[in-house]
Amino acid sequence: MTETTTTGDDLAALAAETASQLAAATDLRAWDAVRVGTLGKSGRLTALLKGLGAVPPEQRKERGAALNQLKARLEGEIESRRLALEKAALDARLAAERLDVTLPPRPHPPAGAEAGGIHPISRTFEELMALFGAQGFKVAEGPDIESDWLNFSALNIPDHHPARQDHDTFYLPAGPDGRRPVLRTHTSPVQARTMLSQEPPIRVIVPGRTWRADHDATHSPMFHQVEGLVIDRGITLGHLKGCLIDFLRAFFGISNLPVRFRASYFPFTEPSMEVDIGWNRKTGQLGAGGDWLEILGSGMVHPKVLANCGIDPREWQGFAFGMGIERITMLKHGMPDLRPFYESDMRWLRHWASDPLSPPSLAEGV
Amino acid sequence: MKFTLSWLKAHLETEASLDEILTVLNRIGLEVEGVEDRGAALAAFRIAKVVEATQHPNADRLRALKVDPGDGNLLSVVCGAPNARAGMKGVVALPGAFIPGTGITLKKGEIRGMASEAMMLSAREMGLGEDHSGIVDLPADAPLGESYVRWAGLDDPVIEISVTPNRGDALSVQGVARDLAAAGLGRLKPLERPAITPAYPSPLRWEIADERACDYVLGRAIRGVRNGPSPKWLQDLLVAIGQRPINALVDVTNLYTYGLGRPLHVFDVAKVKGSTLTMRMAREGESLAALNGKSYALTPEDGIIADETGPEALGGIIGGAPTGCDETTTEVFIECALFDPVRIALSGRRHDIRTDARARFERGVDPALPRLGLELATWTIMELCGGEPSEVVAAGEEPRWQRSATLRFERLAGLGGADVPADEAVGILERLGFTVQARDAARVTVAVPSWRNDIAGAGALDQHPSLSPERARAAAEGCAEVEPEADLVEEVLRIRGLDQVPPVSLPVAGIVPPPALTPKQSRAVLARRVLAARGMLDCVSFGFMEAKVAARFGETPAVLRLENPIAADLDQMRPTPVASLLLAASRNAARGWPDVALSELGAAYRDPTPEGQLAVAAGVRAGHTPRHWAEPSRPFDAMDAKGDVLAVLAALGVPMAALQVTADAPGFYHPGRSGVVRQGPKTVLATFGEIHPQVRGALDLSGPAVGFEVFLDAIPEPKRRKRGAPDLPAFQPLRRDFAFLVDATVPSEAVLRAARGADKALVTDVALFDCYAGDKLPEGKVSLAIQVTLQPREATLTDAEIETVAAKIVAAVGKATGAVLR
Repeated sequence: MTETTTTGDDLAALAAETASQLAAATDLRAWDAVRVGTLGKSGRLTALLKGLGAVPPEQRKERGAALNQLKARLEGEIESRRLALEKAALDARLAAERLDVTLPPRPHPPAGAEAGGIHPISRTFEELMALFGAQGFKVAEGPDIESDWLNFSALNIPDHHPARQDHDTFYLPAGPDGRRPVLRTHTSPVQARTMLSQEPPIRVIVPGRTWRADHDATHSPMFHQVEGLVIDRGITLGHLKGCLIDFLRAFFGISNLPVRFRASYFPFTEPSMEVDIGWNRKTGQLGAGGDWLEILGSGMVHPKVLANCGIDPREWQGFAFGMGIERITMLKHGMPDLRPFYESDMRWLRHWASDPLSPPSLAEGV
Repeated sequence: MKFTLSWLKAHLETEASLDEILTVLNRIGLEVEGVEDRGAALAAFRIAKVVEATQHPNADRLRALKVDPGDGNLLSVVCGAPNARAGMKGVVALPGAFIPGTGITLKKGEIRGMASEAMMLSAREMGLGEDHSGIVDLPADAPLGESYVRWAGLDDPVIEISVTPNRGDALSVQGVARDLAAAGLGRLKPLERPAITPAYPSPLRWEIADERACDYVLGRAIRGVRNGPSPKWLQDLLVAIGQRPINALVDVTNLYTYGLGRPLHVFDVAKVKGSTLTMRMAREGESLAALNGKSYALTPEDGIIADETGPEALGGIIGGAPTGCDETTTEVFIECALFDPVRIALSGRRHDIRTDARARFERGVDPALPRLGLELATWTIMELCGGEPSEVVAAGEEPRWQRSATLRFERLAGLGGADVPADEAVGILERLGFTVQARDAARVTVAVPSWRNDIAGAGALDQHPSLSPERARAAAEGCAEVEPEADLVEEVLRIRGLDQVPPVSLPVAGIVPPPALTPKQSRAVLARRVLAARGMLDCVSFGFMEAKVAARFGETPAVLRLENPIAADLDQMRPTPVASLLLAASRNAARGWPDVALSELGAAYRDPTPEGQLAVAAGVRAGHTPRHWAEPSRPFDAMDAKGDVLAVLAALGVPMAALQVTADAPGFYHPGRSGVVRQGPKTVLATFGEIHPQVRGALDLSGPAVGFEVFLDAIPEPKRRKRGAPDLPAFQPLRRDFAFLVDATVPSEAVLRAARGADKALVTDVALFDCYAGDKLPEGKVSLAIQVTLQPREATLTDAEIETVAAKIVAAVGKATGAVLR
């Protein structure tokens, strides 16, 4: 019969012994021997547990608790040693699987591979660049994470403005200045970036990612817009209309596409207008039927926006517009559903992708 | 904003048809959201009389009715309504009629053995409310046989428009009517001020204790009122626009909120403690039990209306339940106030309370309207509830809202692109309520009407701090000068119709414009095409992902974690697009498509600064190459990813000979099968490799997977150097093969580089064509076979010269790598 003590010296000894055995076990086989020798059927801890019945009843409770505590501790130590050994084994295996990465790669992609392709959104971006490029626009870009000054304040949307609420803005933790950066809710902050970084005349489009906290069948929390900004002398609302009509008819390939302009309001333009194109609501056919479809917002750049960015509105004026890339892409190609745009389902991608070797060209028509 | 056609016509004298009205609303910026003609669905229902009501012989709960639909032919109707009784009038549906509340078309039938030829309707069955406790019980004087819809005033179309944030004045039927009149659709009917004679001193006084809480407030009590349900016309009006009638006193406030855009609040005088209502800021710890049944913990930033016991209303947003009016109210106190729009907007947002009052106050309520609004409301309450009015009590002063603005007529063309005759422009402004103060041939100066706080308003600039003081000042002065004018140009063009502005194509500097893209932007487009041409599918994926997943791909600093993610698994800005593409590969595998090649041009986020958002061309190949007769299927490996990287870099004009590959790729790659492509020791152009098995495992990707990222921002602008004359030597090149035995740890690149450098004049190319490790070689050694191209320039090489070069190559490779010729 095992000598038992109430001080638990034998338990401490077992703990110490097991720890040193575990440390000495440098592979899984040795580790398993320690495990069986401790927790197995005839392991040392198991033996102590079995001996509990022989302990005098007045000490049994205390002894039992101590044994259970020790068991939990040893189980934990044994398990963490197993994880460490497995990780070491994996690291060793991976190290042994070394490949000379300086080797020259294969000279071509694998034979028989399916053709790749350009995502419809990327395709539309390229078409926009071609069509607005023909009207003398350059492409400007900006980051996804913006200051709230660029996203809102510069654009005449102060803190309390009701429009801020409509934007469903994503916020990041406040920076050192105490202001919370935002995921840009539109591509319009690049208007301000451009006006601050270059002198007029300005003629840019801004294709890019935009973000709003809205997720359902017709809204995605990340989507795409293209912004247009023209600042020059003598640019009028008539030019805005001409520019958009020229673009829309070329983009949709319908030379007599009906385009309607309605008065509206945006904090960053004045006068502001919404633009509709003619279509048939039932068949989805563009350019035919008596219905109107809202497609973009636009207007003459608000004098406050110019002044916020240091441009004297007595000297310079111009227009801005913004439209949703997904919307015009879906309309152009008759794509029914927004959600698959971001799911990277290869079946959908293959169906809608376009040939990388046929970029949009004015010569061929976009 | 909803209103009925007849309500509109109460303010607008017009002959225009509904369609004309809708067209003009759209044109002038009051976008029509919808038109609801509730009467259309109920057109077939008639007012009928129950002539006889007896117990159904076979059912305790049913009654057998004889109903006269108006033509004297009695119909037999089986009805379960407990209120069905002889002599009552109700609404009958005949067979063939569609019942909106149940969605079925009525047929003749038999109920418990008794014929039923028609149906008596409840309100719910007609889709006019929730009441299904019995059939509709019409007053005795309802005309028998008449269309129910016409009699009930439901043949009045309801128009819903969306009002832009600048147009508080258009959140009223009167404001809409004014715009339509300005656009030529009729005449705005003026409001008449009723004559009210005060009969007693007001039991309540106003005190503005804090000007932040309120600018100006009027009030008046009416005693001896009998409150109860509103008359039918008012209830119908409110129901039509989606409001719930409450009681006459409250309904009157809603009538003026919608009709004039003049929100009002009514207190029950008996429930107010003390004799003073105080406008002040809330104190920490105060709360309001609001009329919507909720309780709000107020902050010192909220403006409130308080009595002796504490807050009784969140001024301009919502009233309090304890002092609200109900059927027991006999003395009412009407509040008619002006509040700071910004404070209302912020308080409303803070407590997420959306009320009609807030929508109007945060846009701005006509500052000249309180007096007239109060008189009209008093008059209507007395009409509906009786009683006698007290004197008017006030606090604060009507704000000074008077402003003027000047329009130079040439700006209509200069900014608006439209040739508008001066008289037409002035006429439009006058019809909108502007009054001419001065006019000459070149310009007109007008006084801005009180209700148009959006014209020549006070909104402050927020100029960028980097602007020089002179530049900022000039721009600010310019803005102050032209902004009111732009407001007026907008008004004229808006009312006239923007379709009247002739479109003009943008002038371009030349027929062939300069490139739209910078070289850097072109590179991004090219990178995408190169990858697609190599069989990859271009993807667009969300830039945020689950933080736990993102952490397997790099740093996930808290500054890149969204404060308000739309879903728990979309909360962290991704460290690399490779992560998104691997998730996509995993989803494709789960759908039965384990072999994919996906690429994306997107951002990798390091920190929130613009520089911390890297433009990356990333790709993932997962699974195996296709089965094909020409080439057996094999798992994708790190060399495929390296091939993609080098293809992109070469296409983007990176000098390939100078690139180095090091083995210190990020932790999401297999540590022994991944590399970093560098240009010089510091510039990292790309990473590539097999994905670490643990990362794959965590993403449920069981097959092999490789990935890469090319950092487009790091790629230097290619030097636009003119090409010199091509090197076209007259002598044939010679090719010699060498096989070296070298330690397996030696990078093959070292062997190639040494061979290339052995004789720079003669050696023009070195290619590795075999790489072997196996049983025939000593442990830890590999055999590398290279082909060296020698290009003589002066004369054909002699055998001795060739031997000399070969010896140089062997020596150079041996010295650099310890290799020996096999």
